[in-house]
Amino acid sequence: MINKKQVNHIAELARIKLSERELKKFQKEFSAILDFFGLLKEVNTSKIFPTFHPLEHYLENKAEIIREDIPEPEDPKVKEKLIESAPSKKGKHIKVKAVF
Amino acid sequence: MDLNTLTISKVHKGLLQKKFSALELVKAYLDRINKDEKKISAFLTITKELAIEESKKIDDLIAKNKEISILAGIPLAIKDNIMVESVRITCASKILEDYKAPYDATCIKKLKELGAVILGKTNLDEFAMGASTEYSGFFPTKNPYDLGRVPGGSSGGSAAAVAANLCLASLGSDTGGSIRQPASFCGVVGLKPTYGAVSRYGLVAFASSLDQIGPITKTVEDAKIIFEAISGKDEMDSTSVEMPKIENYKLSRLKVEDPRFKESGKIENLRIGVPREYFVKGMDKEVEKIIKQSIKKIEAQGAKIEEINLPHTKYVIPTYYLVAMSEASANLARYDGIKYGLSKSGGKDLLSVYLKSRAEGFGNEVKRRIMLGTYVLSAGYYDAYYLKAQKVRTLIKQDFDKVFEKVDVIFSPVSPFPAFKLGEKTVDPLSMYLTDIFTASINLAGLPAVSIPVGWVGKLPVGLQIIGKPFEENRILEIGKTYEKNE
Repeated sequence: MINKKQVNHIAELARIKLSERELKKFQKEFSAILDFFGLLKEVNTSKIFPTFHPLEHYLENKAEIIREDIPEPEDPKVKEKLIESAPSKKGKHIKVKAVF
Repeated sequence: MDLNTLTISKVHKGLLQKKFSALELVKAYLDRINKDEKKISAFLTITKELAIEESKKIDDLIAKNKEISILAGIPLAIKDNIMVESVRITCASKILEDYKAPYDATCIKKLKELGAVILGKTNLDEFAMGASTEYSGFFPTKNPYDLGRVPGGSSGGSAAAVAANLCLASLGSDTGGSIRQPASFCGVVGLKPTYGAVSRYGLVAFASSLDQIGPITKTVEDAKIIFEAISGKDEMDSTSVEMPKIENYKLSRLKVEDPRFKESGKIENLRIGVPREYFVKGMDKEVEKIIKQSIKKIEAQGAKIEEINLPHTKYVIPTYYLVAMSEASANLARYDGIKYGLSKSGGKDLLSVYLKSRAEGFGNEVKRRIMLGTYVLSAGYYDAYYLKAQKVRTLIKQDFDKVFEKVDVIFSPVSPFPAFKLGEKTVDPLSMYLTDIFTASINLAGLPAVSIPVGWVGKLPVGLQIIGKPFEENRILEIGKTYEKNE
């Protein structure tokens, strides 16, 4: 069973503000879902490696995938569109509120 | 001639023979949308002007006797989590309600270069998280065969649009069954390609190690044409690979030796595995009967049927959701009210912008998944949940590896039941998760699989799932053809 304080903490980490009603609802749902996930405890995985990419061995030249981190100029039209998408901006810059 | 029921090759022929123009074709579809969209609700955006403009370009080429591709003038609908430059892309989320795509996804770029025409963007469960399209932030889509039922999901709009002849074909995305299950519920063909076969560049990320874009079509041949057009390595997606194709795989039902076909192409040599674990208690009896009949049908043509075991099947749903939620929580961190989409301020600091924008912009299912993903990745739980799931994923994948040493393909149901009623599963999130029981394993293992319509429960369609070895799309599609009417 997950408690309210924990749900609140997760919501903070996930940057989602919850109402008191949502908090109660999610607490109940998360407990049921996490219980269900607990089924995996019965599987013995002591000598098993995790799979992060299902078909990694098909990527033959792994060296080719990793490129040098050299910044390349973006198409100015795309750049303009990207900045245009921001809700708050000043000239060519995206405007944000103060961190503190 | 009914322009709304043609296949790709029939359209191509019709255009070349000047039986109709690309503009007439597009107008026929726009008229149908005008007439039927109100009751189906498949679209979030209709790109009428763009479609008309593009179709005129194709007619110009034809008038000048220029060569056109097989996809030229083909009217398509695109799931609204795939970017089409300058067209609104919402992912069916309030947080992106007014967001316009700054560039084309790679698959869209390829389709545009071939002259395909885009009619609009289709509805989905918000950020593709759901199995009924009821979790759309805007409105649910209805099943064209029964308006009181769901079209499946998350690519419900794309499947319903094809089934209702509102487009010739569409693109969907599949993370745990999101192309195959709606295709099954709507009686159309849906292909989930091998992980890496189609570039994910321009697909809004949900769970990056599971997501794939694929076609939803009326015929297997159409699925094959679109798949071939959109697949291939793309430098913008490092997980995409060049297809190691089985050349000219043709399934032959000829009893005589035909040197043109490889040995493996003869139906007598085809070995089909049927997993015991995929015929479960609580499954709809009619669905079970239809799937078993379709297996008998290919057996009667000479294929060898073998019962197989996928022993870790009961761990698929928890494993899948742990992986998908974890990846989603990281991928959806980008919606912060700063870079794009909905932005709510009111507080003094930056944090308040994040908290409020995400609280108002995301729907319940998305919040659930982001929060649970955050929890299982957090210190103290990472090993017990996330890492554990990735290890069980290895075991699930090994189940398939072992089986594929003995059989060429696997047959199973797509879903344990036909389309369910609107509202039937929205109350309990777990009951919705369980609908992915026969499809999510395929994403965990990265395999290709196709849903082929094989029967009806009353007026509701039922799909057969054909699962292949990595990059054997060609083979599962050819086998799928044996279930089509004209075959």
